Amino acid sequence: MFDSLSDKLGGIFDKLRGKGALTEDDVNAAAREIRVALLEADVALPVVKEFIEIVKSRAIGADVIKSVSPTQQVVKIVHDAMVEMLGGHDGEQELNLKAATPAAFLMVGLQGSGKTTSTAKISKFLTDKHKKKMLMASLDTQRPAAQEQLKVLGEQTGIDTLEIIKGQSPIEITKRAMNEARLGGYDIVMLDTAGRLSIDKELMAEVAEISKLANPTETLLVVDAMTGQDAVNVAREFDEKVGITGIMMTRIDGDARGGAAMSMRGITGKPIKLMGTGEQWDKIEPFHPDRIAGRILGMGDVVSLVEKAQESLQNEDAAAMAEKFKKGQFDFNDMLMQMRQMTKMGGAGALMKMLPGLGKMAKQIEEANLDDTILKRHEAIILSMTKAEREKPALLNASRKKRIAAGAGTTVQEINKICKQQQQMAAVMKKIKKMGMGGMMKQMKSLMGGKGEELELMAQSMDPDNLGRDMAALKGNDILGANPFDGAGAPSGLPGLGGGMPGLAGLGGGQMGGMPGMPTRGGTKKNRKPKVKKGKRK
Amino acid sequence: MVFWRKKKNEGMQDQERADDELLHHKTDPELSPLIEAENDLAPDNVMAKSMNAIEPRDLTDAHTTPVPDHTPVDDFKESEDLKDHTNEGGWFSRLSKGLSKSSNKLGQSITDVFTKRKLDQEALDELEEILIMADMGPKTAAKIVAAFSENRFDKEIEESEIKSVLASSMSDILKPVAIPLDINGKKPFVMLVCGVNGAGKTTTIGKLAHEYHMKQHKKVMIAAADTFRAAAVDQLEVWAKRAHVPLIKKDIGSDPAAVAFEALEKAKADDVDLLMIDTAGRLQNKANLMEELAKIIRVIKKQDDTAPHAIVLVLDSTTGQNAHSQVQNFKDVVNLTGLVVTKLDGSAKGGVVVSLAQEFGLPIHAVGVGEKIEDLSPFKAEEFAKALVGA
Ligand SMILES: Nc1nc2c(ncn2[C@@H]2O[C@H](COP(=O)(O)OP(=O)(O)OP(=O)(O)O)[C@@H](O)[C@H]2O)c(=O)[nH]1
Ligand SMILES: Nc1nc2c(ncn2[C@@H]2O[C@H](COP(=O)(O)OP(=O)(O)O)[C@@H](O)[C@H]2O)c(=O)[nH]1
Ligand SMILES: [Mg+2]
Ligand SMILES: [Mg+2]
Repeated sequence: MFDSLSDKLGGIFDKLRGKGALTEDDVNAAAREIRVALLEADVALPVVKEFIEIVKSRAIGADVIKSVSPTQQVVKIVHDAMVEMLGGHDGEQELNLKAATPAAFLMVGLQGSGKTTSTAKISKFLTDKHKKKMLMASLDTQRPAAQEQLKVLGEQTGIDTLEIIKGQSPIEITKRAMNEARLGGYDIVMLDTAGRLSIDKELMAEVAEISKLANPTETLLVVDAMTGQDAVNVAREFDEKVGITGIMMTRIDGDARGGAAMSMRGITGKPIKLMGTGEQWDKIEPFHPDRIAGRILGMGDVVSLVEKAQESLQNEDAAAMAEKFKKGQFDFNDMLMQMRQMTKMGGAGALMKMLPGLGKMAKQIEEANLDDTILKRHEAIILSMTKAEREKPALLNASRKKRIAAGAGTTVQEINKICKQQQQMAAVMKKIKKMGMGGMMKQMKSLMGGKGEELELMAQSMDPDNLGRDMAALKGNDILGANPFDGAGAPSGLPGLGGGMPGLAGLGGGQMGGMPGMPTRGGTKKNRKPKVKKGKRK
Repeated sequence: MVFWRKKKNEGMQDQERADDELLHHKTDPELSPLIEAENDLAPDNVMAKSMNAIEPRDLTDAHTTPVPDHTPVDDFKESEDLKDHTNEGGWFSRLSKGLSKSSNKLGQSITDVFTKRKLDQEALDELEEILIMADMGPKTAAKIVAAFSENRFDKEIEESEIKSVLASSMSDILKPVAIPLDINGKKPFVMLVCGVNGAGKTTTIGKLAHEYHMKQHKKVMIAAADTFRAAAVDQLEVWAKRAHVPLIKKDIGSDPAAVAFEALEKAKADDVDLLMIDTAGRLQNKANLMEELAKIIRVIKKQDDTAPHAIVLVLDSTTGQNAHSQVQNFKDVVNLTGLVVTKLDGSAKGGVVVSLAQEFGLPIHAVGVGEKIEDLSPFKAEEFAKALVGA
């Protein structure tokens, strides 16, 4: 439904190539498109305006680099500015664990934003990763069974919860929690509050009072990634009335563009510290500015794509695939399996839409109605081969090809095309075996030529380390042996694609195949930081 | 069963505590009970109630929570509910109150923009921005402003006219979707409630149960098919008690489709008018969870292939443009019949409703305007539009 920013900018800048520097007029025209893109991503209007001024000042007069299209260049400026804005200063995103014990963490936010779940997630995280002794207390006397909810989560995670005493007020519970924390030798007590509207004076005063009592080292505003323009009001009000130290953004596992992150950061200047990426208590991650920036700009969240693929793939298939990848093989059986996986994932068009820079191509495919017919035709061809032919493509001589063509109701040319494609893929598999991820990225860029507008940018912003870390962070990625991307490469004869997209295949393959040199789980602190230089922002 | 007795005891204790609170002065227990408690027990209400009460014995099975016996306190509360609240300010004043902050802002900016100027492009741009800040989305905002500026561009225009014309153009879009839920014609009428996490599904079911059972005296039953989230069943159980309706439940972790199936069996056997099924929150991009929802429906259809008769998507008005994706994806998987929009008592303006109406035309059955049981109202296009622009 959404066009990516570069699709939008494409039209404006098409004529611009090789003109020297970006003029004010060019930039103004682009600014309008940037504005719409950000608004569609739910960035709040006041923040959009401020942000566009930053982008304008950077873009005007910037030299148009020969090898890069103006669109790419502007997208890069926007992306970098956004990562910078979202990321903030060094160390700012870390939870403050240095306070004297028992310290209090206060969780606040609107109804249903994910406070209780996040309370359990943070507690579990700090127990496991930082050896903290945690106590959780529910001050939610409003929502039915809210206290029981936290109690159950405590049982599931093995974290202590404050005993429920019915009839106590949130203030009384706070006092009891702080007391219990002192007596029980707890490091941190998590105070999970009831959801409240930022315009509810009474309840806002109540939480301010709780804050005074508990004197928390962290007050985290929990906000849903789907939040619209209201994010600014919520962030401003909670910051003014209670004083927040950071933001936790939940439901990143959804398909919302997540503009609220920018709104809240822009309005309060408070860092986004954590992301919730699922309903279970282990689905918590440090905030990744580059990932969110990519989403807001509609450049495709590669991590989401992998997740989608992960859901659709059957484990045995995937494991078998991984084996092949390791050996550097790719026969017709592999191709068949991939095409079927691709159909399961919603066809070529759906997949392409999720890939950075391929939005336009997805449209062309849809218009040409190519994807599914091609898939079906190719399936028919492969199914007309014998078992031996599928496993040993080299067997296919002229007479065999004729027989297959007759069987599949197609021409020998068509058979040749699919053979060529198989050969290309096989070649890529071999290369993947040899090359690291960085090499594949470069190859991909050269293969795509100027067609993939954002690939340049992508290659820079999602350098192998970052990408690897994101992917590695996905639970169970070891079963993801198969390559979700090369499905997109399967149909030959796509406009402008030649025989498939071996480069993209490489991208996925390198990741999923468990290439040597990829950082595993969590990555290091160094590669978690955005790559851009920090600039000044008001 | 021991389990039973314990539950019952707990319920009784809660009840006694509540009785005490209601009948005695908060700070001084020695003070006499409130007199209104007796005065307001209109015999008619009591009659209607006792005729409609569901026999607990019909539902004795470990999975069912019985309807508590009615106490004077229940009846007092009920008589409160049945009273005419129009003079105290109905849903509209509540909504206006909630929206007043935004309305003022909106009204204020329109005043700023237009009293001194002609309707020029700059003015229109600003108007468009105001609509965008109400979550209407850039496209819908542009469309509404374009319609508004037609025949008015470059002419002097009065502030009051701006508001009313703007409101009426939005209300034109919304009127066709302001359709209340009709549960007549099928028995039991089966309604499935779905939506993303934390949208307000469970609360809305509680409110609807209250509406249909306590106010319209229908025989209502609810089913706890959210077997995933911690304490989700307990949460719904509280609502069931508040609305005095029976609840069908199974253990946490059991198959939600099985809950739905058994609930429908029970609802048929008990001659229930309305069965409402609460489901776990699910994000629309999760194929496996969406499939789970489809399965619930398939299983329901095994008993009654016209059911579910309503599949309602609950939408949080705080949501921005992702609401489109929610409606689209739920619609793709299940045959959505309508929407309920919640949390309109907040500062979020719910403007996305306007663009949803344009794009999907799904009926908006009701709006949630608070956390209390009576905080649910029919969706009224004109008033909503007016409240939105502050006219
Ligand atoms: N202010 C306000 N709060 C509401 C409204 N409707 C629901 N809520 C609150 O929103 C929160 C979530 O509501 P639930 O009914 O539990 O939502 P749900 O969709 O069942 O949530 P899950 O089952 O956890 O996905 C609760 O704190 C409710 O009290 C409303 O109209 N206004
Ligand atoms: N998919 C997803 N669901 C979440 C996430 N965080 C919370 N939830 C769900 O959102 C709903 C409301 O969460 P809860 O913690 O009760 O919110 P609270 O009312 O703010 O305390 C529940 O259904 C949770 O399971 C998340 O990161 N992703
Ligand atoms: Mg909670
Ligand atoms: Mg619920």
